[in-house]
Amino acid sequence: MEKTRASTFLEEVGTMPGGKGVRLCIQCGTCTASCPSATRWEYTPSGVIAMVRAGMRDEVLSSSSMWHCLSCYFCTVRCPRGVKPTELFHVLEGLASQHGYKARGTRTPAMYSSFVKTIKGNGRVHEFGMMLRYYLKTNPLVSLTMLPVGLKLFSHKRLSFLPKKIKGREDLSKIIQKFREVRDKS
Amino acid sequence: MKYYAYYPGCSAEATGAGLGVSALAIAKPLDMELIELEDWTCCGTTAYGSLDESEAIVVAARNLALAEKTGLHLVTPCSNCFLTLSKANERLKEQPKLMAQVNEALAVANLEYHGSVRVRHLTEVLVKDIGLEVISTKVKRPLNGLKVAPYYGCQLVRPDYGFDDPEFPHSLDRLVESLGATVVPFPLKSHCCGGSLIISEEDLALDLMRKLLANAVGNGAECIVTPCPLCQTNLDAYRGRVNSKFKTNYDLPVLFVTQLMGVAFGIDGKDLGLKTNIVPAGKVLANYI
Repeated sequence: MEKTRASTFLEEVGTMPGGKGVRLCIQCGTCTASCPSATRWEYTPSGVIAMVRAGMRDEVLSSSSMWHCLSCYFCTVRCPRGVKPTELFHVLEGLASQHGYKARGTRTPAMYSSFVKTIKGNGRVHEFGMMLRYYLKTNPLVSLTMLPVGLKLFSHKRLSFLPKKIKGREDLSKIIQKFREVRDKS
Repeated sequence: MKYYAYYPGCSAEATGAGLGVSALAIAKPLDMELIELEDWTCCGTTAYGSLDESEAIVVAARNLALAEKTGLHLVTPCSNCFLTLSKANERLKEQPKLMAQVNEALAVANLEYHGSVRVRHLTEVLVKDIGLEVISTKVKRPLNGLKVAPYYGCQLVRPDYGFDDPEFPHSLDRLVESLGATVVPFPLKSHCCGGSLIISEEDLALDLMRKLLANAVGNGAECIVTPCPLCQTNLDAYRGRVNSKFKTNYDLPVLFVTQLMGVAFGIDGKDLGLKTNIVPAGKVLANYI
């Protein structure tokens, strides 16, 4: 029997470790009611879960909804069914980014990928480099409004212009490279 | 003497500098030896896991493998590192296939992981291993009269790695009281400050911070204490942004709990990184330093 559109997306999400709770949802809305950023989501947290189950792949993955997740885990500890919505939203973010969906109305994907690039380059987070990359990618002019915050951090010795060079940096990139090969094989 | 493998995390060396120095400063009088994990790398933070769930786990696993060699508990003062390393550890133990893939990758750097590390947050170690009784015996300058709002933030207590209640935690309250200070009611004590979305969704995060500050001040707090470097940076470095957006004048300092402990232990302010705090704490702490 040919698989329906709904069951394919549900399977895609449900077979990922962070997405396996999606089938347990009873649409009680506790996640939405607990979410400090719910009013900013394009579709509410519980709405997104319903859409995953209805197979609305493009609609979900191109939306800015899950990118508003703050990872506060309130929904996760309150969900009466153990859905673990926070992890589910991370799975959706990952799928959206791996499949090249560009959500409008959110700069969070650019911020996250700036984070990952600095980690891969330096082995650790280098905040100044991360911010620089992020503002160049989004809106360089906004960085001017953030200058006072940056200067305060700098004058209080909390921001360095150059990343710390650590030995583990190369090991980490070799490990990531190898992991990708192993994962692609399986 | 108690020995731990210590994982400072990236923030404790940069935006959360006050956390890094104060954690090491209070370890000494408490007879804790925090042995920094040699050559540690990023924990595989939330931003990483959001873009690539399993790759973030291999990033965490390098640190877990390094820690396993020491045979000690892995202690971090950072709430996000605590969550990320705990989650990776849990996943690896639950999923033998992932563990095998991760080990194949770690092998290129002559590392392997068997899943035996116990990941712990410094606050938990202070409360459970050292204990409040011992902590209170180290107090040289009791913080009598100081009104404190203990702020847990999210990732120290949620999702729930067995440390404290995920919604109404109390351990930090007791820790602050053991220093002689008074804890004020703070109903939003485990609510979100906006986290890293301060960068991409500033309006959202500033609004959450305004609520936290209003709640602490409204209950009479003279300062907020937190163990989390991201919460501290948001509430401290972005204070001017909150005040200008909402036409408020919040001026209460946000200290790391380890800084407050250090003050009570009589440790010099410069060894606690008090100068790295942007909202100055001098006035509030004047009676104690």
